[in-house]
Amino acid sequence: MERGDKAAASTCLLRARGGDATKGCIFLDYLSEGFLQGFSLIFSGNEEVWSAVAVTLKLSGLSMLVTLLFGIPAGFALGYFTFPGKSLLRLLVDTLLSIPTVVVGLFVYAFISNRGPLGQFELLFTIPGMAIGQTILALPIVLALTASAVESADSRLRFTLLTLGARGRRLLFSTLWEGRHQILLAAVTAYGRVTAEVGVSMMLGGNIKWHTRTVTTAITLETGKGEFSTGIALGVLLLCLSFVLNWAVSFLRRRGAA
Amino acid sequence: MIELENLSVNLRTFRLESLSLRIAPGEFFMIVGPSGAGKTILLESIAGLRSLAGGRVSIRGLDVTPLPPERRNVALVYQEYALFPHMNVERNIRWGLRFAALPDDAHVHRLIDLLKLKPLLGRSPETLSGGEQQRVALARALAVKPSVLLLDEPLSALDPSFREDLRDYLAEINRGGMTLVMVSHDFGEVLSLGNRVAVISDGVLQQVGDVRSVFRAPANRSVAEFVGMKNLFPASIRGTDAVTEGGATLLLGKAAASGERLLGIRPEDVVIGAEHPGDSRNAFQGKVVSIVPRGMAFEVIMRTDGGMRITARVLSSALLSGGVAVGGEYWASFSPDSVHVL
Repeated sequence: MERGDKAAASTCLLRARGGDATKGCIFLDYLSEGFLQGFSLIFSGNEEVWSAVAVTLKLSGLSMLVTLLFGIPAGFALGYFTFPGKSLLRLLVDTLLSIPTVVVGLFVYAFISNRGPLGQFELLFTIPGMAIGQTILALPIVLALTASAVESADSRLRFTLLTLGARGRRLLFSTLWEGRHQILLAAVTAYGRVTAEVGVSMMLGGNIKWHTRTVTTAITLETGKGEFSTGIALGVLLLCLSFVLNWAVSFLRRRGAA
Repeated sequence: MIELENLSVNLRTFRLESLSLRIAPGEFFMIVGPSGAGKTILLESIAGLRSLAGGRVSIRGLDVTPLPPERRNVALVYQEYALFPHMNVERNIRWGLRFAALPDDAHVHRLIDLLKLKPLLGRSPETLSGGEQQRVALARALAVKPSVLLLDEPLSALDPSFREDLRDYLAEINRGGMTLVMVSHDFGEVLSLGNRVAVISDGVLQQVGDVRSVFRAPANRSVAEFVGMKNLFPASIRGTDAVTEGGATLLLGKAAASGERLLGIRPEDVVIGAEHPGDSRNAFQGKVVSIVPRGMAFEVIMRTDGGMRITARVLSSALLSGGVAVGGEYWASFSPDSVHVL
């Protein structure tokens, strides 16, 4: 059925008023149709949609792994130790929090393209290449929030640990453990940033179907093509992903508190 | 046991000035002073948690100044318990034992019994009352067998009933031979627990001595105000006579060095009555200007005909039976022995 026929068949109550109200009806029908088709794409197991989801999970998993591996220890060191140039470094990290994704894409592109210093590794238009860009986006978030979590930890806790005999690694781990909720929040925030970005994935991944097409780049493409329902399907999946992640975090926090 | 020699700490906004103290083994030593006086900084300096600008800290005859906190064998308990929220009571108590060469399980059991923690062992800290949390914090600190227990206002955040209980526990721990150094800003707490006391204000040690002697005979205005000596009069002394700025003559219990000094009289030592006390020495007539309730007692503030403002602390029952009322004319009197020259 054509979109116009569906609009005519709709039971929209605004239609009787004519003019702008009719336009409003067409919009509502268009939206509801998009949602219906979107859900049918999800539940029918549309391969294109699920491929984008799989690429997104693989990519974000890889970039988050690297981010957390480097970001948590470095953020801890940034918050815990005092050293010359610390405030300048904090300022730099805070500035990188708001770096535009296309700028990151541009710089990483320059490095990993054929003419760049890392060109020999052929990372452009691959998931690892995209993960480099996403790591650069996520790293400042984990660094800054972990450093803040450590800085805001009660100094009396550290003092108590020290007088109980803790030192070295045990002291570091205990302080980290006490700030785990904020560090978890930092990880979730960073994850949100990498799954929602388009610039890096588009520039470094090239939006290649079945290979580097992520949920966000697919939404951009499908909406541009007028395939609104596919865009909605992917959007709903992205929201579900975010919901599951946040639910898992809140579950872990509740379990930790119990 | 603990010896501080010219201890100085220089934080950006605060300085602890050249402080010297000696705390005997098994003593319940109190450090008091107003908020921001430097009491906690002093405690943390003993524990090795603050770097010193100068001076020396010795514990059991050993110079521990260059040693890190974990090698000083001192335990510190803060006002806000600082328990680990993700561990139950038993794991909290045993936390420090993982660093001990020979963990003493029997000692931990004794502590659990002493502090009555057995029914709480499996519980999470957040389900405990303030008093229970503080008992767990005490057990955790004592489990590592410190030679000194440092306490930073451990009773301040507790309800009065829990405070009484914890006072008893602390006294019990002290009777067991443990040296306790406790920071407080409540002189009532000091009187009920401490053997000796150091009064600090603005980072400077004002007075050290036996609790009762500091209470009765403070060294200067700052200490006098802190210990609640409300009647302070600048006076000119000649022998046993002291003439205040307002011209009133007070008789001293014993002769003091002549000169301009500060006189102090505790409000508990002042008697208020409707009749002249009979003895004309140190009796002044005046008008009661206000009566302020202070727990189980009242503070009666009187302005004498000579312009002196005298504060008396009167028990509620005495005040009610005596019929003292604001605006009435009364006599305030005190014995010559109650007049302290600061």
